[in-house]
Amino acid sequence: MSDLRRDFPAFDRASGGSTPTAYLDSAATSQRPRQVLDAEREYLEHHLAPVHRGASAAVGHSTTLFEDARATVARFVGAGEREIVWTENATDAINMVSLGIADASAGLGGASARSLALEPGDEIVITEAEHHANLIPWQRLAAKTGARLRAVRVDGHGLWSIDDLAAELGDRTRIVAVAEVSNVTGYLAPVADVVSLAHARGARVVLDACQSVPHRPTDFGAMGVDFAAFSGHKMLGPNGIGVLYGREELLDVLPPARTGGSTITRVTLETAEFLPSPHRFEAGTQPVSQAVALAEAVRYLEAIGMDAIARHESELAARIVEGVSALPGVRIIGPGVGVERAGLVAVSVDGVHAHDVGQFLDEAGIIVRVGHHCAQPLHRALGITASTRASAHVYTTDDEVDRFVDALAGVRGFFGVSDAPAAAVIA
Amino acid sequence: MSGLSGLYQEIILDQARARHGDGPLDHADAEHHEFNPTCGDELTMRIRLDDSHARIAELAWQGDGCSISMASASTLAELATGRDVDEVRELIDGFRAMLRSQGQGEPDEELLGDAIAFHGVSKYVMRVKCAMLGWVALEACLTEAGSPTHPAVE
Repeated sequence: MSDLRRDFPAFDRASGGSTPTAYLDSAATSQRPRQVLDAEREYLEHHLAPVHRGASAAVGHSTTLFEDARATVARFVGAGEREIVWTENATDAINMVSLGIADASAGLGGASARSLALEPGDEIVITEAEHHANLIPWQRLAAKTGARLRAVRVDGHGLWSIDDLAAELGDRTRIVAVAEVSNVTGYLAPVADVVSLAHARGARVVLDACQSVPHRPTDFGAMGVDFAAFSGHKMLGPNGIGVLYGREELLDVLPPARTGGSTITRVTLETAEFLPSPHRFEAGTQPVSQAVALAEAVRYLEAIGMDAIARHESELAARIVEGVSALPGVRIIGPGVGVERAGLVAVSVDGVHAHDVGQFLDEAGIIVRVGHHCAQPLHRALGITASTRASAHVYTTDDEVDRFVDALAGVRGFFGVSDAPAAAVIA
Repeated sequence: MSGLSGLYQEIILDQARARHGDGPLDHADAEHHEFNPTCGDELTMRIRLDDSHARIAELAWQGDGCSISMASASTLAELATGRDVDEVRELIDGFRAMLRSQGQGEPDEELLGDAIAFHGVSKYVMRVKCAMLGWVALEACLTEAGSPTHPAVE
């Protein structure tokens, strides 16, 4: 896959003699190929017009590009066109669901929204491994409705089991919200089992698909999830756009979290009636150039093939895990050697804080993510405050991950902890 | 001096291990907890002033964090314990000014003492908060203890 690096201006360094940067932070944000950048510029230079407003031919053309982009993304994730809602980002998409359900619970949306409403004593099940974006919206929803938030605990590796999840489900479970791929552990959730267990209880499944859609084949329809969220900038696409997937019959009754222009059918001074999905959710001016560029990112990924991308990243992850597991004093968070995982690996270095690890790697030209990765409860469960994460995408090379492992080997020596017992830096 | 050894001078790594002032403090006049949400580092600073409230009689801190934050708290404990409150405020102001310098200028060694070792941190904008953690906590303690304020600098 090394040829495709030429598509990415970020990797197109003039030969200045310095060490090239190893970019291992794609789980935070991915680099964008020229094709995606060009598509956005092409739209802005030649096709810019206010979509879904007015009657000019230019508007018609721009609207067609906008809705074609939706169709492209829909096909990519196994959804119908009415099942794809543009949002600001994935966090926004999850909030659209939680806020909509809060509205439904408050009686907004009428009888048709009642099937989504929560009552005091109902339960929302999440896991301890969730990103804050798939945790805090549910805390808020629980607080507003009197529902109870239950968490599936993780083990010493940061992993949760389907048996433990099953044990948290009950007759009052209404929502189960989990990540398909953990942004810290790289764990691949058994989504099919989650869906069948949740549906057997009459609960809806909300899937955080931020770390899965950009990296592996996705078919939300076949998976049977009820809602899902992912973002553009992690899949070689632009910032400022995310996607909410929802089953058509649910989106058509979910009250819109944001209201205003272009979401409505008939408006009086007292009332408003809303369009069906997706336009009932898309209030105000939409991220049109971003949608067009995101569709180009989808075509770019499809041309390579999502199976090939998943295979490539799985090999890179195995290479990191194998390399890191040979290093004394470095602990891998998540699945160990020989276990399938996504192309991201977080580690904890005994006696050295993640920020110091990251600084050391940065000096070696290796860009990783350090911190709690918006997953404080997971880190707390592991007894650490922060970790160091290397993550890959389609353009990542063996050489980059080897440089990460090699540099990591020097960290403890530099900070003077190689022969000493782990310093007590963790409460 | 390469970037990394400029940042992590030997004295900083030594201070991070030594953790001077690490521990609890009974009968504190002021206590302040600082938390850096981007990295999860946290530190609680406690001080006891002398009877005139003009001098820091005792200072102790407890916390978890990176080597920069721990080393700077350790250095601060050595510099501030037993010193006049006014002097310590001046010290904090000088330390903050140095960390905002983005690597420019020469730090005032007479004012800052061993804390000049953190001059290199000022070039790493993402680490300035780490170095300030204990110092911000002490500043809040001094305010809480109602000690005489240092005349505004600048």
